[in-house]
Amino acid sequence: MANEPKRPTGLRPTGLRDDQQLVDLEPISDDGSKTFNGQLSRRTFLSSLGAASLVAGAAPLSVASPVSPNAAVTDAPAVAKAVLINGKSYDLTGLETRVTLLDLLRERLYLTGTKKGCDHGQCGACTVHVNGRRVNSCLTLAVMTAGKEVTTIEGLGQPENLHPMQAAFVEHDGYQCGYCTSGQIMSAVALLKEPIGPTDEDVKHAMAGNICRCGTYPNIVAAVKQVRSQSRVS
Amino acid sequence: MHNFTYEQPQSIEKAAGSSGRFIAGGTTLVDLMKLGVETPPVLVDVTALPLAQVETLPTGALLIGAMVRNSDLAHHPVVLEQYPVLSQALLSGASPQLRNMATTGGNLLQRTRCPYFRDPTSGGCNKRNPGSGCAAIDGHHRMMAILGTSEHCIATHPSDMCVAMMALEAVIHIEGAKGKRTIAIGDFYKLPSDTPHIENALESGDLITHVELPPASGTKQAYLKLRDRASYEFALASAAVVVRIDGGHIRFARVAMGGVGTRPWRSHEAEAMLTGKAANSAAFTSAAQAALAHAKPHPENEFKVELAKRCVVRALKTATA
Repeated sequence: MANEPKRPTGLRPTGLRDDQQLVDLEPISDDGSKTFNGQLSRRTFLSSLGAASLVAGAAPLSVASPVSPNAAVTDAPAVAKAVLINGKSYDLTGLETRVTLLDLLRERLYLTGTKKGCDHGQCGACTVHVNGRRVNSCLTLAVMTAGKEVTTIEGLGQPENLHPMQAAFVEHDGYQCGYCTSGQIMSAVALLKEPIGPTDEDVKHAMAGNICRCGTYPNIVAAVKQVRSQSRVS
Repeated sequence: MHNFTYEQPQSIEKAAGSSGRFIAGGTTLVDLMKLGVETPPVLVDVTALPLAQVETLPTGALLIGAMVRNSDLAHHPVVLEQYPVLSQALLSGASPQLRNMATTGGNLLQRTRCPYFRDPTSGGCNKRNPGSGCAAIDGHHRMMAILGTSEHCIATHPSDMCVAMMALEAVIHIEGAKGKRTIAIGDFYKLPSDTPHIENALESGDLITHVELPPASGTKQAYLKLRDRASYEFALASAAVVVRIDGGHIRFARVAMGGVGTRPWRSHEAEAMLTGKAANSAAFTSAAQAALAHAKPHPENEFKVELAKRCVVRALKTATA
């Protein structure tokens, strides 16, 4: 489909029939003429029960939650609000206030590179950049990103054009299961612009917000150090 | 998560006096809303308000805007140079991501990590549900407080920044329905007593706008945080010390502790044992003893008494080295 967000090749959403598709927020075109054009899909409806936040419907975004009919209705703001995600603008108008940035990315935009590890700011798997700074998207309300720029792992590099940090992670085998990895890389890239000291301990402290159950920490540190030294040289 | 209305006032005047719940970084509030502990019907986003400056006043004091992010505050040149205990405290807490999100005002208002408070399906919690009891006292309380407790609540105040600000004698600037006022941080936090759900002196509609730090020139400062892991973990015991030494004698001392109190714990008892004394181990040890003399531990956190004493001693040694 012409308007589908670009997805990495080789990945297909599982469990969808041919007549189903994910509910997507359409990126707004430059003249702002596009609006939301969602279609109900089984996957998204099921997602909304778990995430307790999503709106699915054939009409433009509605405001009432399908899960809690007695909850206060959110007023749609009069002013259109948009967030820039990986260079594309998305209209947030009408989005339920309780949608986190993490759920917006994963469930609505199918940018599943960002992971949900703990959903409470305790693991760092959900790390993205907002206005160039690393944050936990699980504790960020999507409505509060209006007017800001978000970068996810998908926006950092592509398989055919890896960010130097991604290349370093590959070279130093900085992952096993891969679940913490996108958060690790987003954190590592952000710290390149932070005032941290030169030692291994400084790097570890700066990466302390990203937990790895597989224990690839030494390799991650090696990857980060390599890119840091390259940044200094270049 | 409970549904809510979202507002974004464009001025402090419009925000102050609001009956909604203020949200800035959201690192406490969104977390607790996901747990169902906090269910505010209205969130008022104050991040766009012009409160993100750090400026030196003519008096030499430092005025910190409530919206200044923890990471920016920790790395601010004036803070690094004149209030290193604050920078150390901030950098010892949370994670880099959380420090990028959390604000000065929000950090002051963070809430306890007591597992019973955070789980509405668990046993009684007088802080979350007044009158329902305290499940921690007869339950798991290893991380809970040994100072300032009551039979109704033993929840620890988990902050690092607040402990440093206690030792620096910060003054909190507030704007509310009745206008502007200031509160010394020492008067800001309430003991649980029989009202653990009331944690501080804020009234409905009060917005923290700034934190003012008095000049601290000529002082030696240190923050020491002791915990189960080397990072990304709350304190079992911590200490912030600010001292002024002259001719080997302590002329001025401020000692505050974290991880052990139901609020950031200023220890006047420790300070009394330090002021005027020679800056040596004997003085530090007697200060530590005095600081913990009235500790009331429970079986699982008894270890904190000795740990906190050693923490105070080590912090003083580090500061005066």
